[in-house]
Amino acid sequence: MSETTDGLAFGSLALALLGGALRVSTPFLFVSLGECITEKSGRINLGLEGTLVLGAMGGYGIALLTGSPWLGVLAAGLCGVLMGLLHGALCSLPKVNDIAVGIALMLFGTGLAFFLGKPLIQPQAPMLPSVELGAWSDSEQLRSALRINVLLPLGLALAGLLHWGFRSSRWGLALRLVGDNAAAARALGYPVVPIRIGATAAGGFLAGVGGAFLSLYYPGSWNEGLSSGQGLMAVALVIFARWSPLRCALAALLFGAAGALGPALQSQGITAGYYLFNAAPYVLTLALMAASWTPGQTLAGAPGELSFTQR
Amino acid sequence: MAQTRFSAGRRDILRILGTGAAASALPFGIGLAGAADKLVVGVIYVGPRDDFGYNQAQAQAVAVLKKMPGVKVVEEEKVPETVAVQKTMEAMINQDKATLIFATSFGYFDPHVLKMAEKYPNVRFAHCGGLWTAGKHPKNVGSFFGYIDECQYLDGIAAASASKSKKLGFIAAKPIPQVLRNINAFLLGARSVDPKATVKVIFTGDWSLPVKEAEAANSLIDQGVDVLTCHVDSPKVIVETAERRGVYSCGYHASQAKLAPKGYLTGAEWDWQTPYTQIVKATLDGKPMINFLRGGLKDGFVKPSSFGPAVSADAKKKSEAVKAAMLKGDFPIFKGPLLDNTGKTVIPAGKVLGQQDPLLESMNYLVDGVIGQV
Amino acid sequence: MDAAMNRAMRAVAPLAPFTAAALAAALLFAAFLAAQGFEAPEALGLVVEGAFGSAFAWQNTLARAAPLMLTALCVALPARAGLVIIGGEGALALGALAAAMVPSLTAGWPALPVQLLMALAGFVAGGAWIAASAWLRHVRGINETISSLLLSYIGIALFNFLVEGVLRDPASLNKPSTPPLPDAVLIGQLPGLEVHWGLVWGALACAAAWFLLRRTVFGFSVGVVGGNARAALMAGLPVGTLLIAACFLGGGAAGVAGMLEVAAVHGSANASLLAGYGYAGILVSFAARHNPLGIVAGAILVGGIGASGSLLQRRLDLPDAAVLVLQGTLFVALLAFETLNRKGTRRV
Repeated sequence: MSETTDGLAFGSLALALLGGALRVSTPFLFVSLGECITEKSGRINLGLEGTLVLGAMGGYGIALLTGSPWLGVLAAGLCGVLMGLLHGALCSLPKVNDIAVGIALMLFGTGLAFFLGKPLIQPQAPMLPSVELGAWSDSEQLRSALRINVLLPLGLALAGLLHWGFRSSRWGLALRLVGDNAAAARALGYPVVPIRIGATAAGGFLAGVGGAFLSLYYPGSWNEGLSSGQGLMAVALVIFARWSPLRCALAALLFGAAGALGPALQSQGITAGYYLFNAAPYVLTLALMAASWTPGQTLAGAPGELSFTQR
Repeated sequence: MAQTRFSAGRRDILRILGTGAAASALPFGIGLAGAADKLVVGVIYVGPRDDFGYNQAQAQAVAVLKKMPGVKVVEEEKVPETVAVQKTMEAMINQDKATLIFATSFGYFDPHVLKMAEKYPNVRFAHCGGLWTAGKHPKNVGSFFGYIDECQYLDGIAAASASKSKKLGFIAAKPIPQVLRNINAFLLGARSVDPKATVKVIFTGDWSLPVKEAEAANSLIDQGVDVLTCHVDSPKVIVETAERRGVYSCGYHASQAKLAPKGYLTGAEWDWQTPYTQIVKATLDGKPMINFLRGGLKDGFVKPSSFGPAVSADAKKKSEAVKAAMLKGDFPIFKGPLLDNTGKTVIPAGKVLGQQDPLLESMNYLVDGVIGQV
Repeated sequence: MDAAMNRAMRAVAPLAPFTAAALAAALLFAAFLAAQGFEAPEALGLVVEGAFGSAFAWQNTLARAAPLMLTALCVALPARAGLVIIGGEGALALGALAAAMVPSLTAGWPALPVQLLMALAGFVAGGAWIAASAWLRHVRGINETISSLLLSYIGIALFNFLVEGVLRDPASLNKPSTPPLPDAVLIGQLPGLEVHWGLVWGALACAAAWFLLRRTVFGFSVGVVGGNARAALMAGLPVGTLLIAACFLGGGAAGVAGMLEVAAVHGSANASLLAGYGYAGILVSFAARHNPLGIVAGAILVGGIGASGSLLQRRLDLPDAAVLVLQGTLFVALLAFETLNRKGTRRV
């Protein structure tokens, strides 16, 4: 226990947090980027938790069936597209509330995944490979911290691409216009409803891929406790990130690192109060939100058509 | 696979409409035929039956019950420890005519099983893990459990023999007596091989948190731990993570050997069919309910997993010797002098606690050599 | 005659979308089961039998429904003020914990005041936790949906930390719990029924909430804030106070649900009572369009599906998740068939 007092242990704690951030953040990253696209179009899909879980199950099943984890990732994304299309289509009916449908789909997706996933709990599917970014180092801890999955850099690149795309590309402008002012978009001849359905389907795809990461890489197995609310949290992170893909990536990494704090401290011998350490990510997020607020900017960056902003 | 789910043929729909009407005309009596002459046994699980862990170990014993003549089994999984489990027990009694109920999660006992046992004095309730106390608890309730710390001690021997760093890791859900007893037995087994061995503990806070369990496994391995074991509902993720990181593991609840063909050393498994069949036979023969049933290796309540390829001949020999002593019933694990990890004496010199000693069922310390806090 | 017919038709009309949705969900669920090779017709029969087919089934259903009425109010009351609150589970946890502490501080008191004080403690603890989200929104501009979720996780962590730490009864060995309540203060069953008094509390709370929202100045003001906060400010309404009050009342309801779990079911506060009632309440409230009277029906529906799931597992060997699929299908259908409703609905 005395080792926690010296500087070496501090360095190893920092390394543990880095490793944790790189291991745990990917599902948060994909789900929050997906939700970011959906919300930019003016719809909220609170049900991505269900999509994540369904994607995890579907991806695991297909990887098992075909022997290819990458086909599994694709299948997970397609599960997500189907869920997204369902949400998008239902919410296009008049008087149907998007938040409510999302919550119902969360239950539906989870139920479907648990039901169909019963035969998948026992077998072992092939896993996604990892990339050794730390091969140069001779510290085993650093090597393991930098052993990442290729989905993580893909996700980070996607965040950059979305950041650029929302601002500078034609589809990004169309998406934002539909999300900010549907009437104006309609007047300019943009097909509002198809764009929204497409954005929800794209969001579903990414959430499904996030689920495949859980079942096919880390922790890398299918069971019913796999997600424990990560999809719901990731959707909430979009609000925290104020609808910016780059800030979504930052929030996901931060959330991953904070989540690694509990186990990392305990492995160094500090085991008291682990419930409180495990709650650290939530406290940190709340504190950051409170600290980063400037008067009059309650919903800065929020798409104008979101039901959140309609009051 | 998703597209076929909603495709219903016209005939299906007609069938559904037809039977919907029939079912509402006959609200009772579905599926009760043949139950009258058989003993109906209800089994309730807190998680999924095939979880590679706690619930699977119970389900394996239930599979044996299903083959017993004169027995019909009804099962329900993922029943939470709320009013839901009370209603499930009542439903088994009222709708299925069950007269013996196995409630397999610890949290079912107080108040749920006790409440139902008072209300249905002619139904027997067998509970896994509880501490039935004469005079305090109803006569139609029984609690059964196994001294699995014996297998944890054997795990400790195999772990310390295989370990190079002599740092072992234990991932546990909550610091409750049943868990602490396992951690301590694991350490004592390890120290019987190498007096310098240590066990680092991480508590995750709940029984099934796969991401946190994987994170705990990685943190421990990063700290130089090279053998992992655990006490959570499903050890699957931990054993798989250990295998991927190239360290050894010991299993728990059921065998996880096929998840880690290289690094799985051995494991502590339940053998619940022994108490299950004893309780069912007593019921079939009309004998009184067995109120308190405990047993270890010798009684066939627990068993070690077969050794994996990484266990040395020397370690096997040591482990087999201790196992032989346990089978004869003269191998107490907890004996004085024993210090806890804050330096306090928890068992004074000369005192030996037999496996049945009730003091062990309220263990609230980690012994010297375990790194962690209760 | 025609006038009477017309009036009857108008009274029944709102039920038409519900009936259509229920039928659609039943068909979809049956098709799903049939595609999996299960006996779909028999399953549908068992759903009805298990939920509503006998006196026992009804009691089973109602016992499961009781806590959901209160946790759904934790969503419905803030929703009237335009807030989307999803943190009821944390309010339930802290309400349970606060209530469980009362008897040890009031030793020797008669039962009724202790029970009332427990309910009050649960109400205040749960209410404060949700009100914090409204307050954070009002003074720091933090979105209430995310803050209520974060606060819920924090509340549950606090609950576990305290129940397994300083508030733990040392005699609660393998199930860490607060000290057991004295028998005298436990809340019993309704006379002649196997359902505890929580059902009546829940139904009364829903009725009270309905009256408050639809028949009082306070309810009207909250509705104005929910409709258009800027207009409410212009009209001189105390927007912040109203937001916080609506959230306090909603959180209070979830806190009382926690108190009832302690006093009527578990006999102490422990991790078993965190069984997801707070999350299920979100669904019930949205399905009821945040109408407190609709919540009573919605909670009974969810309770009934839970009760029938138990029968489906035992009779047909269906996986436990079958009820999740059924619930999900039913609620998706209910929300989709909203579109047939002739009356307009609120956005939130």
